[in-house]
Formats: sequence, structure tokens, C-alpha cells
Amino acid sequence: MAVTRLRSPLRSPLGRAIGLGSAKEGVEHWWRQRVTAVALVPLVLWFVVVVIELAGADRAALVAWLHNPIPGMLMILLLVATFYHAALGLQVVIEDYVHSEWLKLVTITAMRLLCIVFVVRGVLAVLKLALGA
Amino acid sequence: MMSDPRPLSPHLQIYRWQLTSVMSILHRASGIALALGAILLVSWLGAAADGPEPYAAFQHFMGSWFGLLLLFGWSAALFYHLCNGIRHLCWDTGRGLELKSVYASGWAVLAATAALTIIAWIAGLAGWSH
Repeated sequence: MAVTRLRSPLRSPLGRAIGLGSAKEGVEHWWRQRVTAVALVPLVLWFVVVVIELAGADRAALVAWLHNPIPGMLMILLLVATFYHAALGLQVVIEDYVHSEWLKLVTITAMRLLCIVFVVRGVLAVLKLALGA
Repeated sequence: MMSDPRPLSPHLQIYRWQLTSVMSILHRASGIALALGAILLVSWLGAAADGPEPYAAFQHFMGSWFGLLLLFGWSAALFYHLCNGIRHLCWDTGRGLELKSVYASGWAVLAATAALTIIAWIAGLAGWSH
């Protein structure tokens, strides 16, 4: 009885029903990390095979290969999933080691922007090669 | 922050090293390494898109001893993070959480990482020499 009275009033019934907790996003971050992880398992295995096949190949071979629809598509998916997964993981690392709130905010925002920059650069490169410029 | 002089738990270096904690920190370290390594992937695609000369420069760099060292570290980190990540996904389903299973899967991940890295490099170098 005493325990329930201590435990329950700290959280409003609405807050409990929404279930987003103190991070205000519930399990969203955790879930996105798992989804991108599962997606990356086949993508990474495919990529490893590709890199081995392309080892020592010249630019013409790479361009010819990217002209096929499947490799270009998988490469873009790999880039997006990789940088999404990296941004989620690096965020947790920053949250663990950076304790000042404003510095945490600045570092996470800068890290996310960098991830976006790299993903755009990578996707544009694949599109240029795949669409044959 | 720590104004109250309450007793603290011993610092990290007091504890004996264990497979479980070492593999845990290695997962994070390899993840950070792979995030940096992803820049290498983008550089490769970007160099190819920019033209034959940037691509030749990139290939020259990757063929140097430093480039190969980076690539070797990157491949080992990739296989480790991949195998240990699958171990984590299994844990997420509630399986393999007993101490004995945790150690068994830990050694399996290390063995798989070594095997995959060696196989990938033998296959890659065989293709390269042709």
C-alpha cells in the first residue's frame, strides 16, 4: 500500500499512458538501432563480397558494375543504413561521456549534420556513376 | 557534481579483466572505428564519381602500407561488430543470457571474426594479384 502510493504519484496517468519516459521518446531510439542493425546484416555481407570482387579493379569496372540497377540501389541502401545506424550509436556514446547539457547538444547536432553530409556525398556519387555521367 | 563524500564503487582498473566486459567495450570501439571507416567508403565512391585522377589517387593511397593497414583494421572491426551485433540481437529476443551461453557465444564471435577476416583477405588478395 505504502509502496504503491510512493511509486504512482510521481508520474501522471497521462504520462504513463503515453509511455515515453524521461527521454521523451520511449523506445524509439532503441528500436531504430535494431531495425537498422538487422537491415545492415545482409547489406554488409553483400558489400564484403563486392569489395573482394572489385579488389584491384579499375574505375571503368566499378562504373560498369554500378550501371546495373541492383548494385546502385543496394549501395545507396547501405550508405543510408550505415550512417543512420552510426548516428544512433555515436549519439549514445556522446550521451555517455559528455555531461554538460549544451556541449552534448552541440556535439550530437554536429555529429548528425556530418553524417548527413557524408550520406549526401555518397548517394550523389552513386547516382552520378549509376546514371552514367 | 559530487559534493556528497559518499563511498564510491572502485574505479574500472581495479576489476579483473573479463571476456564479457572487454567484448562490450570492443563493440563500442569497433562501432566508432566503423563510423570513421564509413568516411572511407564515401571517399571511395566520391573519388570514382569525381573522375579517373581522383580515383587513381585514392587507389594509390589504399594500396600503400598505411592504406592497407587501415583496410585491415576496418575489415576486422566490421566482422567483429557484425558478429557481436548478431549476438546482441539474439540477446534482445531473451535468448542466450545465461553466463555459460554468454561466454560460449563470446568465444564464438571472436573465432568467427578471425576466420572471416582471414578468409576475406585471402580472397581479396587472390583477386588483386590477377
